[in-house]
This record gives sequence, C-alpha cells and structure tokens, in this order.
Amino acid sequence: MADIALPPVRRKRGGMTPARLGVYVFLVTAALFFLVPLYVMLVTSVKPMAEIRLGNLFALPLAPTLAPWDSAWRTACTGLECEGIRGGFWNSVWITLPSMVLSIAIGAVNGYALSFWRPRGASLLFALLMMGAFVPAQVMLYPLVRALAAVELYSSLPGIVLVHVIFGMPTMTLLFRNYYAALPQELFKAARIDGGGFWRIFFELMLPMSTPVIVVAAIMQVTNIWNDFLLGLVFAGSDHLPMTVQLNNIINTTTGERLYNVNMAATILTSLVPLALYFLSGRWFVRGIAAGAVKG
Amino acid sequence: MALTVVVAYVGTLLWTARVSVSSARIFPTGDFVGLGQYERLFRNARWLLSLENLAIYGVLFILACLVVGFLLAAFIDQKVMGEGVLRTVFLYPYAMSFVATGLVWQWILNPELGIQRVMRRLGFEDFTFDWIVDQDNALYTIVLATVWQASGLVMALLLSGLRGIDEELWKAARIDGIPTWRVYASIVLPMLWPALSTAFMLLAVMVVKLFDAVVAMTQGGPGTATEVPAKFIMDYLFGRANIGLASAASIVLLVTVLAVVAPLYYARTKAVQRGLK
Repeated sequence: MADIALPPVRRKRGGMTPARLGVYVFLVTAALFFLVPLYVMLVTSVKPMAEIRLGNLFALPLAPTLAPWDSAWRTACTGLECEGIRGGFWNSVWITLPSMVLSIAIGAVNGYALSFWRPRGASLLFALLMMGAFVPAQVMLYPLVRALAAVELYSSLPGIVLVHVIFGMPTMTLLFRNYYAALPQELFKAARIDGGGFWRIFFELMLPMSTPVIVVAAIMQVTNIWNDFLLGLVFAGSDHLPMTVQLNNIINTTTGERLYNVNMAATILTSLVPLALYFLSGRWFVRGIAAGAVKG
Repeated sequence: MALTVVVAYVGTLLWTARVSVSSARIFPTGDFVGLGQYERLFRNARWLLSLENLAIYGVLFILACLVVGFLLAAFIDQKVMGEGVLRTVFLYPYAMSFVATGLVWQWILNPELGIQRVMRRLGFEDFTFDWIVDQDNALYTIVLATVWQASGLVMALLLSGLRGIDEELWKAARIDGIPTWRVYASIVLPMLWPALSTAFMLLAVMVVKLFDAVVAMTQGGPGTATEVPAKFIMDYLFGRANIGLASAASIVLLVTVLAVVAPLYYARTKAVQRGLK
C-alpha cells in the first residue's frame, strides 16, 4: 500500500454528521471515478471477444479466460511482426536499467562537484542545466538524431541510452545538488584537510550517505524512462522499440477486427513495472515525484 | 562531464535556432533566409490551430488538475478513514504512461463499445456521448484522460502542503467563528503557494510536452481537431521532411515555455531564498 510520509493524523472521535457523510460521499465517488479505467482494463482483458461484442463495458466476464494475456505476450502484432509484446518488455528493461544507472551516476557526480568543489562558472553551468529542465524535447530532437547518426549510434541501444542520460541530466543533477547542499560543509572541509581527493571523498564519504536520494532518483528514472514514448519512438530503432511504442503499434495499426481484450492485456502488461514500483515503494514514489518538481 | 551536457543542450539549441533561419527541408542547408520560416509557420493553418488547441487544453487541464487535486487533498485532510487507500487510488494513474492511459480512455469513450453503448443498452436509446469522434469536443476528452492521470499528483503535493499547516490555525479560526470555506480561501490557499506553484510548473511542462496521449487517443483527429504543437513538429521533422519549419516551430515553443515558467521559477527561487534567511 502506498503510504505517503506525513505526520500522523490525530483522530477525533465523533458521530457521523451530515457534513462527515458528505465528505465520504465525495471521496468514495472520486475513488470510483479513479478506479473505473483500471476495472474496465482488468475485466476486458479476461473476456473472450464474443462477450466484448455484446457491448457491456462494465459487466463482469461470464467465461473468464487468460488467452488474451497469452496472446498479448506472445502473438499480438506489433507492426509487421507478430511476436507479442514480450520483445518490447525486454527492450524496455535493457533501455531502462543502464539509462537509470548511468544518469544517477552522472547526476551524483555533477551534484557533488557543483555543491562542494564549485568549479569556475559553476553557477552559469547550473543555470544552463536548469533551463535544460524546461526545454521542450523537440528543440533537441533533430540535432541529436544528426549527431548520433554521425557517430553511428542512431537506432541502437547505446544511442537510446545516451539520449535518456542526456535528458535525465538536469533533474538528476538538481536532485543531488540539493541533497548535497543540505549536508554540512564542515564535513567536506575536514575530509579535504585529511588529504581526500575529488574521487576519494566522493566514493568514501558522499556516496555512502546518499542512499535516500539514490532511491528517490532510481524511482524517478525508472518511471520516466519506462513510460517514455517520444524518445523511444525517435531514437531506439526498430530492433529496440520500448514497450510503450509497441503497445501503441499493437492498438493503432491492427487491421481487421480490433482485439480489445488483447489490447487491454497488453496495456496492463506495459503498466505493470511502474505500477508495481508505485505500490511497493509508496512514500518514496511520492518523494521522487515531488523532488522532480524542480525545487529552488 | 557537465561540459559535455552543456554542449549537448546549448549546442542542439543553437543548431535548431540556426536551422530555423535557413531554407532546410530534408537536409540542413547553410543558407540564411531570415525569418522566412517563422512567417510561413504563422501562415500555416495547422500550426495556428495546434497553438489554439494547446492554449485551450492548457488552461482547462491546469485548472481542472488544480481544482480536482485541491478538492481531493482538502477532503482527505478531514481525518477520514482509509486515508492510505484513498491516496493510493488517487495517485496510481500517475505511475502509468500517457500512452497506456490514453488507450484505456480511448476504449471507454469509444461510442461503439464504451459508455454510450452501455447507456443505450440500459434503455437510454438517445444517450449520446461521442465526444472522442466529434470535431468540436474531441479535445475535451484528452483533457478528461490527462486530468484523470495527473490530478493525483496535485493531490499529493497539496496534501503535504496542508499537513504543514499548524493545527492551531484551525482552532483559532474555529474560535473566531470564521466559516471553513473562508479559512481555505483567505488563509490556507495563500499558505499553499509553494506547493501550488510547484504543481503549476509541473503541469505547465506536461502541457507543452503533450504528445503521447494525443497519439494514443485520437492521433490528432478527427480531422485536425486535436493537433498540438509537439505533434506538428514531429510530423514536419520526420513525416513531411521540413526541418526548417519544424525548427522554427520548436523555437517558438521554447520561447513560450520560458516566458511562462521563467518568471514563476524566478519568483519561487527568490521566495525560497528569503525563507532560508
């Protein structure tokens, strides 16, 4: 259960007044609205097509079947090929893992350098990076395509990973800079006096203290990169298309009858990783997205 | 290392700016045509339409997310039972991709099989809810789906803001007999300013990025009813091979973002610095 880190609520004993009832009616109605799509997705994904044609979106399945799930995973057509979404799943894994690790590593070193070493031009550098957080991706897309093509990384796994690392840089740097800025400067000075160099202080002092921020960064990056569509579409190339792009292909390029049950199973499969992360990490997830909110 | 990134950011930006004042079509060219691409851009009906769509979408999306998010946060803050469950339910859509949520909503709103069909089967023969295939209303269905996805985020941000407000304030207001809504309007909302501005900035960035959800839900249609700038740029970059025009469009988009976000960001940073002193 996701549990947001908040001060404990002091509960007040009291009867059910009309106002209280109103509060609950509102909240339950809202909760139903938020749950409807998930419910529709789930029941549709286990209905045979015959039941779907009957046209009751909200009805429970009369003859539940896992065939649509099997089909979504192994045989659905993602464009020209019909091997299901499992290829996309592994593509997404192989894109997300290295992108996440690299962007966190680089963000941590950048943040560390910016808060403790303050190289010349650090504030200008930082201002530029900040701007980078707001630059629409479209401004960078085509030049990056040309640049990657020039070094023969376009449409390759290293290429898409590099692009994710570049786009993740501003928020990752910012996250780590803010975290390190809150640490006492004396700690760093003491380590300097003891003769610690740039890397030694980083690895032996800063990194061991960075676990909380690394967790937040990892959640942020896994969610962002896994859910990415635009960059995967442009940079990944047909051999490495992430799951989101394949999902869109399954649903929007099918000819003949639309297999809604397979589509919905594929949609759930695509959302499984970020949803699992959300349910398992709970309050960390909220911290992650709040930290992504580009704080001053 | 940071230098490489700045080269990647500033370099690509300058490159795009340079291409936007050339006559480049499929390949970049070195000539200089002044603001010709920008003139063509603002004579392009599809671009103007996509800007208009983005403006309508942006206003509705941000307003709806802030209102829904605030209501959810305010109601959850009334010491209710099952708070953890409710928070989980309101926020889970945010963990999903815009592609996935777009597809689900496309399916629910589909008049052949979705809500319209269900209502007609229940006996409401004339019930009509075909916005997603209707030129005039399709844009609102994208608002609906993206608000469903993102308002939980606003709820989470505002809820932590509300929890930061001193319990004493509520007691004092109760003793003074100030009605609850007035306390919210005059005291609580101003105190939530940092959380609200954070939410606003996040939502504004989402508005400019709007692409995945449109592709998944309507592919810009019916007709051109749900065209948005990000999609216009993608089409001209990779579909219609007109990188000069697309570059001009992305520079316009960038300037718009900076014009909206920079002052707010500056004000926030100043406020945060003052708070620290």
